[in-house]
Amino acid sequence: MYLYDEIDSRIVDERVKQFRDQTRRFLAGKLSEDDFRALRLRNGLYIQRYAPMLRIAIPYGLLSTRQLRKLADISRKYDRAYGHFSTRQNLQLNWPRLEQVPDILAELASVQMHAIQTSGNCIRNITTDHFAGVASDEIVDSFVWCEIIRQWSTFNPEFSYLPRKFKIAVNGSIGDRAAVAVHDIGLHALKDREGEIGFKVLVGGGLGRTPMLGHVMREFLPWQHLLTYLDAILRVYNRYGRRDNLNKARIKILVKERGPDKFREEIEAEWVHLKDGPETLIPEEIERVEKRFTRPQYEKLASDAVLPPLPGFDAWVKRNVHPHKVPGYAAVTLSLKKTGVPPGDVTADQMDAIAGLADRYSFGELRVSHEQNLILADVRARDLAALWREARALGLATPNVGLLTNIICCPGGDFCALANAKSIPVAQAIQERFDDLDYLHEIGELDLNISGCMNACGHHHVGHVGILGVDKNGEEWYQVEIGGNQAPGALGKVIGPSFARADVPDVIERLIETYLERRDSEAERFVDVVQRIGIEPFKERVYGNAHQRASDRDRERALA
Amino acid sequence: MATLIKGRRIATESAPSPEQGEVLRLEPTDDPAAVADRLCRAARVEVNFPKFGDGRGYSIARLLRERYGYKGELRAVGQVGRDHLYYLESCGFDAFLLRDGEDAEEALAAFNDFSESYQASVKQPIPLFRRRAK
Repeated sequence: MYLYDEIDSRIVDERVKQFRDQTRRFLAGKLSEDDFRALRLRNGLYIQRYAPMLRIAIPYGLLSTRQLRKLADISRKYDRAYGHFSTRQNLQLNWPRLEQVPDILAELASVQMHAIQTSGNCIRNITTDHFAGVASDEIVDSFVWCEIIRQWSTFNPEFSYLPRKFKIAVNGSIGDRAAVAVHDIGLHALKDREGEIGFKVLVGGGLGRTPMLGHVMREFLPWQHLLTYLDAILRVYNRYGRRDNLNKARIKILVKERGPDKFREEIEAEWVHLKDGPETLIPEEIERVEKRFTRPQYEKLASDAVLPPLPGFDAWVKRNVHPHKVPGYAAVTLSLKKTGVPPGDVTADQMDAIAGLADRYSFGELRVSHEQNLILADVRARDLAALWREARALGLATPNVGLLTNIICCPGGDFCALANAKSIPVAQAIQERFDDLDYLHEIGELDLNISGCMNACGHHHVGHVGILGVDKNGEEWYQVEIGGNQAPGALGKVIGPSFARADVPDVIERLIETYLERRDSEAERFVDVVQRIGIEPFKERVYGNAHQRASDRDRERALA
Repeated sequence: MATLIKGRRIATESAPSPEQGEVLRLEPTDDPAAVADRLCRAARVEVNFPKFGDGRGYSIARLLRERYGYKGELRAVGQVGRDHLYYLESCGFDAFLLRDGEDAEEALAAFNDFSESYQASVKQPIPLFRRRAK
């Protein structure tokens, strides 16, 4: 955890006071509905379908058990005793009362938490790899850089009223687990030959209505220049990003309209003036931030702990236990994807119990993954069996990480005012259909992502299978795409006309059958097969065979 | 009535006399570079904020102050409300024509919404991390 100093705490306290006053003025009729919307959104407060929704920031997904217990308390005291972990590593409360939000923020501030910039047209929560700091393929500890960017972006006076929301992701390992290609800015840490740290800078990626992959603006930006370069990008975007059409206001549209090369020139032209200026980072600051992070006191352990042969344990180890850079330790995913529970939802009692597990097994800290699971990052391998037993008793040991039922899913039409269709019941129907664990493991790695509308909170474009809720004359339909991938980033292709909700599990089953028939070995994943043979064979299986469709086409031609 | 705040106080104003120079007014789409050579003769520069959420004027202000060296009065006009004042001042504005309906007395408190900022700005050119390092 990054521990606040006095100034960090003071800024958050002052924000609580400011928001309390904004709420007071709104309730007293001194702030219009529209103006208050712009102000409350940048503090994560939405007015949803049935009630307000408060999105609490979990910067780069890192939480202490003290904070998690506070979240459990808050959800009991001000909400309905549960919370929803989102795909941007935040926590959402679905039923708070508007007039109590300032009190919730004050409680959050007491454990160094807030809801700053979790929504609105400003720089949002910085996201990263949920294995930061422990990954065996680590280049840098991305948490340190995320915190530096968090401070730079917090109440940045110049960039607080951007054309649209702005998302930055940082990846610090060789493998990209932060999906840097689908963010407004993606930063991929690198080291040059001398061991100096720098970042590959991608700009203009994003999902939503117009999914795009980011363009490389710089292959290697030395770390000292990180903030001045971000300033240059944000300034160009703030001045020239479109403000006439909400759907064309993201930076990806500006990059596309200008062309990546022209856009790069504009950034460089701006950067010339900012480079080596006061925002140039200094080693003292990197060191200061590094030192304010709590670090696990690892024991010296043998690397090869013997895992006991227990029924069910093997499968969990295979799917939910991940390598760690320190010998004798492992990272563990607590799955929030049990069939029958909305993906990412946890009850207050579970939060308390998870805090207990993290205290006993993982140095009192945990992480939220963008796949909406929780990670205990520093577990002794010899404790895995004991942890598994406890997690299983809490319903948090479903061995499905990386498998079809580990569905990423937005809250959808059950809660969200933007949604075209419900998403949670679709996820549940699919989980029920693929409830056989052996079959699930045979299918192997498969990311299935569901969004209830084209805003793509469920990241459907980068799912190996993506499902999108669409509205057709007031009815809920579901479009299916395949072949998307998070990293290396690839966008899925729509297989054809959309389906009724009841048909979705059948469609998925046909896609899976096609895959199993066509894969050349168990090592070839669903997405690999789609990329190798294209979407046509899948389409044929789902919509009817090619022969039939060809004769339909002939008939059409004959009639034309 | 729109109220003018200047030097963190409610102010009244008289029109500038011709020898004080001209009043330049920039819209969000204007490039401050285009008026750079007229800045030294200006009585004041106004930057318009046509909408509550239009933030282009913040960048324009920083450019005027930091790149083109403008030292005179820089006034935010248009949809300027209490909740913008802290950021506007950080970016270099020193005069604010509040939109209709704003409680000017109450708005003055906004300059003290925060006692510290992380970033370099016109108001505080040294970012917090450099001051922390001292």
